[in-house]
Amino acid sequence: MDTTAQLNPTTEQPLAAAPRLTLSGISKSFPGVRALHDVSLSLYPGQVTALIGENGAGKSTLVKIMTGIYQPDAGTISIDGKAVTLPSAHAAFGHGITAIHQETVLFDDLTVAENIFLGHAPRSRFGTIDWRTMRKNAREVLDTMGAGHIDADARLKDLGIANKHLVAVARAMSIDAQIVIMDEPTAALSLKEIEELFLLIEFLKSEGKAILFISHKFDEIYRIADRYTVFRDGEMVGEGLIRDAGQSQIVRMMVGRAVDHIFPQRKAEIGAPVLTVSGLSHPTEFDDIGFELHRGEILGFYGLVGAGRSEVMQAIAGITRTSSGTITLEGKSIAPKSAADSIDAGIVYVPEERGKQGVVIGLPIFQNISLPSLKRTSKSGMLRLAEEFALARSYTERLDLRASSLSQDVGTLSGGNQQKIVIAKWLATAPKVIILDEPTKGIDIGSKAAVHGFMAELVAQGLSVIMVSSELPEILGMSDRVIVMREGRIASVYDNKGLDAETLVKTAAGIAA
Amino acid sequence: MKALLKYREVWLLVAIVVLIGLISMRFPGFANPANLRQVFNDTSILMILALGQMVVILTRSIDLSMASNLCITGMVVAMLNAAHPTIPIPLLIVIALLVGLVLGAINGLLVWRLNIPSIVVTLGTLTIYRGATFVISGGAWVNADQMSPDFIGLQRAAFLGIPVLSWIAILVNALFFLLMTRTALGRSIYAIGVNPTASVYAGIDVGRTKFIVFCISGMIGGLCGYLWISRYVIASVEVANGYELNIIAACVIGGISIAGGIGSVGGAVLGALFLGIISNALPVINISPFWQMAISGSAIILAVVLNARGERRQGRIILKKAEAA
Repeated sequence: MDTTAQLNPTTEQPLAAAPRLTLSGISKSFPGVRALHDVSLSLYPGQVTALIGENGAGKSTLVKIMTGIYQPDAGTISIDGKAVTLPSAHAAFGHGITAIHQETVLFDDLTVAENIFLGHAPRSRFGTIDWRTMRKNAREVLDTMGAGHIDADARLKDLGIANKHLVAVARAMSIDAQIVIMDEPTAALSLKEIEELFLLIEFLKSEGKAILFISHKFDEIYRIADRYTVFRDGEMVGEGLIRDAGQSQIVRMMVGRAVDHIFPQRKAEIGAPVLTVSGLSHPTEFDDIGFELHRGEILGFYGLVGAGRSEVMQAIAGITRTSSGTITLEGKSIAPKSAADSIDAGIVYVPEERGKQGVVIGLPIFQNISLPSLKRTSKSGMLRLAEEFALARSYTERLDLRASSLSQDVGTLSGGNQQKIVIAKWLATAPKVIILDEPTKGIDIGSKAAVHGFMAELVAQGLSVIMVSSELPEILGMSDRVIVMREGRIASVYDNKGLDAETLVKTAAGIAA
Repeated sequence: MKALLKYREVWLLVAIVVLIGLISMRFPGFANPANLRQVFNDTSILMILALGQMVVILTRSIDLSMASNLCITGMVVAMLNAAHPTIPIPLLIVIALLVGLVLGAINGLLVWRLNIPSIVVTLGTLTIYRGATFVISGGAWVNADQMSPDFIGLQRAAFLGIPVLSWIAILVNALFFLLMTRTALGRSIYAIGVNPTASVYAGIDVGRTKFIVFCISGMIGGLCGYLWISRYVIASVEVANGYELNIIAACVIGGISIAGGIGSVGGAVLGALFLGIISNALPVINISPFWQMAISGSAIILAVVLNARGERRQGRIILKKAEAA
């Protein structure tokens, strides 16, 4: 294990040495995916520990283990030195562990007081809820936090997100939670609200709470955290005091990795521009997006989650509308009004959420593959089953799909094979441009390699590919050029020659190189 | 999944055979071919209506206005026939289909363009269409003696020993079977029922497809308007009042999932036949018609429970395979 920064308790203010919560040797696997491997994490009273890592590094899985939603396959959890088990969310709550999520998980139609005391409301002599005491206690908790402006009787849905966070914290205070997990709490907040949240975190620190703070934003981490722990690919790769570590050092820990996956070699024969996008804007999601995609090129789109990459792609694919801008495909200007328009023009979008947007579970494999091509496999509205089967067979063979029969329900296939079907179904429309949104998210290594190999084959045949990905090795291993988006705009365009992961992460996060 | 669907329909078929067997023990004549032909003929209208409802339910929608559509269209053709007995019956049938189509299109447009849930739209048109029947008829009935012999006689004429009404049901069955298994529209209907979001990404116009299914159920309602009036030879505001629930019951018993995407022509037909047999058999074996309601109701709940279990079993299969993978 590569521990770059060492704990040094003698500098500046003294920091408590005894951790409140210790996780050690935690491992967790899902079918085909190893989410966490032998990770450790310690949270100290009165201190904020930042958990840092790329998407898929295992942060969410760890939070779910700490809150009793997942059970670890191995490892121990101890609180104040005593080993505990967290078999349920209720048990975690009982041990004083509480989590505040990006989108608060509270009840919109209940009042602030009800939300704070749900599950542990004060009771009257007759066993009914003692409403008066509950309201009084709620007001007291809010007051101690400096959140007296929140009306305990207001419905939660009438509060803004920042105030909802405050209610979530008040709930944590009301159960006397000693361990508070904040999972990207600032993602949906304005700058002013973030400042208020930080004041609250300072307050929690002064109350001696141990806080885990998860964020992608380095300025926030440096502003609020005392310690850091870095995860990469489900392993803990470094920890220490924030004041001893520079940003570049942490970025290096996040991205540095051994090559565990060999990307296909291909001869780049980049041709003329196929797709030209210019000045593409959306009222709320993205602004002034312009780029060119060449024949035979793989163009990578990198950025943090929420940078607007998928939204741009959905606009190009006709699924959402734009407010201005032009899309030109092979010299012809197109303005797709629906997915069908884009498919007809020769642009297909393979969506990110395989289960919700990609496969149609309940329909057999061949029907899934022919779905976007029904116009071609039918004649005046009548299906031609032989053609459908032929189409499905040719693409499943090319993608090396393992299924007993093309009439098998796609729901019975593994995630990797489902992803192959999703890709097959779009390729079957014979597109000119294929947009892949997180094409290998959540699938096993073998299927990943198959998808990457197939992408290389596609561009060799003269197709053009846009690949939206949050996985750095994939971006660096597959792209000819990389566009980095930040906050709805293109931050930078790089030629993938000697490009390194650190540059991409810094550009995406807005850190000066 | 196809195997499971078949399993479900086979199961329903077995239930129907058992039911016929039980009834035959009390009333031996029930199972003879002539009587079964009669039962089929009696069930034809419900069967046709259930098929129209099926395509709507498959898209995660519902058409509560079918019986009211039937009522007003029946009144329109009955009044036309009474006033102008010379209009040929085939033309009247075309008129019935067109009136039904327009009424269905109104439902479809409201669902598609205004994005109102279909249960609300058709709950509204259910009342409107029935109210409009009163307006056009002035509350008066059209009786048997006002209808032309052709109007009444067409569906009773026999062809190869089977009444025309049964032939119409068989033809509609065949058309729906083709629609659901052999056309791009049928495929789209299943796809948007199973996964509307993925269907949008696949370039299927979900709103337009819903509009079309409401047009289909409307045309079916219109067709059955003529069939119903010429069968029971009376047109009034009360015709088929509340019958929308029988139609939906036939679909549910036939294994068509209210959640959309699951169901077949065979299921709808068997579901209708099941209800038809019960309503035919109970009077002859001296069981009060009130029991009929209780039995239909129990059959609905039983069907939903069995279908839910079938779907759950499917889920377990997925998990087992996922573990093995």
